[in-house]
Amino acid sequence: MLGDEYIELRKTVEAFAREVVAPVIGDYYERCEFPYDIVRKMGAMGLFGLPVPEEYGGMGGDYFALCLALEELARVDSSVAITLEAAVSLGAMPILRFGTAEQKEHWLPKLASGEMLGAFGLTEPGGGTDVPGGMRTTAVLDGGEWVIDGTKAFITNSGTDITGVVGVAAITGRNGAKPEISTILVPSGTPGFTVSKKYSKVGWSASDTRELSFSGCRVPEENLLGERGRGYAQFLQTLDEGRVAIAALSVGLAQGCVDESVRYVGERTAFGNAIGRYQAIQFKIADMEARVHTARLAYYHAAERMLAGLPFKKEAAIAKLVSSNAAMDNARDATQIFGGYGFMNEFPVGRFYRDAKILEIGEGTSEVQRMLIARELGLGA
Amino acid sequence: MNIVVCVKQVPDTATERKLRSDDKTLDRDAADGVVNELDEYAVEEALRLKEAHGGEVTVLSMGPAKATETIRKALAMGADKAVHLSDDALRGSDALSTSYALAETLKKIGFDLVILGSESTDARTGVLAAMLAERLGTPQLTLANKVEVDGSAIAIQRVTDYGYDKVEASLPAVVSVVEKINEPRYPSFKGIMAAKKKPVETLAIGDAEISADQVGLASAWSEVVDFAAAPPRAAGTVVKDEGDGGVKAAEFLASKKFV
Ligand SMILES: Cc1cc2nc3c(=O)[nH]c(=O)nc-3n(C[C@H](O)[C@H](O)[C@H](O)COP(=O)(O)OP(=O)(O)OC[C@H]3O[C@@H](n4cnc5c(N)ncnc54)[C@H](O)[C@@H]3O)c2cc1C
Repeated sequence: MLGDEYIELRKTVEAFAREVVAPVIGDYYERCEFPYDIVRKMGAMGLFGLPVPEEYGGMGGDYFALCLALEELARVDSSVAITLEAAVSLGAMPILRFGTAEQKEHWLPKLASGEMLGAFGLTEPGGGTDVPGGMRTTAVLDGGEWVIDGTKAFITNSGTDITGVVGVAAITGRNGAKPEISTILVPSGTPGFTVSKKYSKVGWSASDTRELSFSGCRVPEENLLGERGRGYAQFLQTLDEGRVAIAALSVGLAQGCVDESVRYVGERTAFGNAIGRYQAIQFKIADMEARVHTARLAYYHAAERMLAGLPFKKEAAIAKLVSSNAAMDNARDATQIFGGYGFMNEFPVGRFYRDAKILEIGEGTSEVQRMLIARELGLGA
Repeated sequence: MNIVVCVKQVPDTATERKLRSDDKTLDRDAADGVVNELDEYAVEEALRLKEAHGGEVTVLSMGPAKATETIRKALAMGADKAVHLSDDALRGSDALSTSYALAETLKKIGFDLVILGSESTDARTGVLAAMLAERLGTPQLTLANKVEVDGSAIAIQRVTDYGYDKVEASLPAVVSVVEKINEPRYPSFKGIMAAKKKPVETLAIGDAEISADQVGLASAWSEVVDFAAAPPRAAGTVVKDEGDGGVKAAEFLASKKFV
């Protein structure tokens, strides 16, 4: 059972998603426009500071609170949910976990209020799964400054008007044959840091995703995040947490498919009956409900272990795997139930269908989750 | 400034609402209780006034034990403390006796400004602010879409059919607000957690020196004698456009006194 404060939070975000997001998001999506107004309101209610301590302007809550908020937002729309997820779990959390006192004081209050968005650049055009094998971006110390060169691909939140900082993973040296990886904070607008125009995406159309290029981009040496050479270990931890958040978001989308379908099948008639009277439809919805229920338990369990300080790598991987599957399967079934209307962008299920696929790809593909689970079972190369 | 904002728990308008067959009062257990929508605007306005002028915001709610959920929400939005007037003897009170009970409680807790929503979505009498002001002997500034306080002076814009009237008075006063006044905030998680620790004082009628023979169903000035379910909606009027559709539509609207 959830504590009162979590139940209240969930209700509040549910009301916000219904009252503020639902009426307008389809339009933003259609125009591929970033919903600044919604993001500002999410900031005002403290969503960007959920797991950030109060001393840095946050809500003093925890990661599970963030997960609940993501689930409720994604029940209505994934673009705003991923904007929150990336800003908090990829933007703010690494600074909170690994930053110096100065870095935390400088960045966290603005990130926690939502007045500024953070991003994290790991993936490169040459590969997102094979890190560091596919990594080409380098950072070299020169006269007390890091000089960064390279390109990052598909970076969420990196090019909005309110983006303030991007954590960039780069090769900063070699340990024998192995590349040494570190993360460096690069403020938006730094000379030599160019944000390309938005990608044309299949889904998440109201979220901001960009390619970034760095050419002789110089930032002070103090912008190193955490220890030099610890970048790889740092983002593995960041990604483990992020997987629980993406699982929550996926559960939200899968639940949205159930909500929409249950409503629609009572209204739509065929052959003289509401289509919900037909068992073929009922069974589909029953399967959808079973998937979302089990996926939710999986992410609750992973989050519980994470907050208790127990190992949760395997549980996070399982939660991400099953919930992204559930989202994809439910989106396919909900679209089928809606028939032709399901293929129309103006219906939420049309958006769910387009938004589901990326969940099996981002923050570690489903193959990666299976690799992690197998490795935790002692199976390995 | 000591601001008291009155909030009421009402049955969710999105769910089916019904009357009880035994005493013909509203069945408050049949529907989910939510904060009366206009009261959220009242809370928001109270919080904005506090943010601008300092002071304290106290939530006052009269209602059954279940109304604590509504009080918590107002506290989560940012109010400082609450008084919950709750007593079986109050059940079935009409607007007159409710205004009496609230006025007695307000006299006890003290106030510079009382803010209310201009009506509740269940009873919809819209008279409480006026009754309270009368009982408390203060000015009433009703239907405000803007409130300004300057020292002990208060001014509002009162919405009218033709625009607004500017109404001025001095504190203490009673103000009722309409939904155009502001955009109520959603509680933050910090607010939700803080609300758990904020003081809520529960008063029975004796604690507020409210006499039992002036409240409750028995002393109500009006009585629901009978009620029936609303008839199902009749079929609409279909106007066929044979070149004169516009005229017919206008005639229809005129017959309903819309134009
Ligand atoms: C909308 C969007 C937003 C994103 N946001 C961010 C962001 O904010 N920050 C960021 O750093 N990245 C971001 N990404 C990148 C995302 O994390 C990567 O796309 C993802 O990790 C996969 O990397 P890739 O695209 O290079 O695919 P690849 O790594 O090239 O993989 C291709 C396929 O090969 C499979 N594969 C790879 N290796 C193996 C193996 N050993 N065994 C079996 N199968 C294998 C993969 O599972 C996949 O199916 C985003 C991507 C998108 C589309």
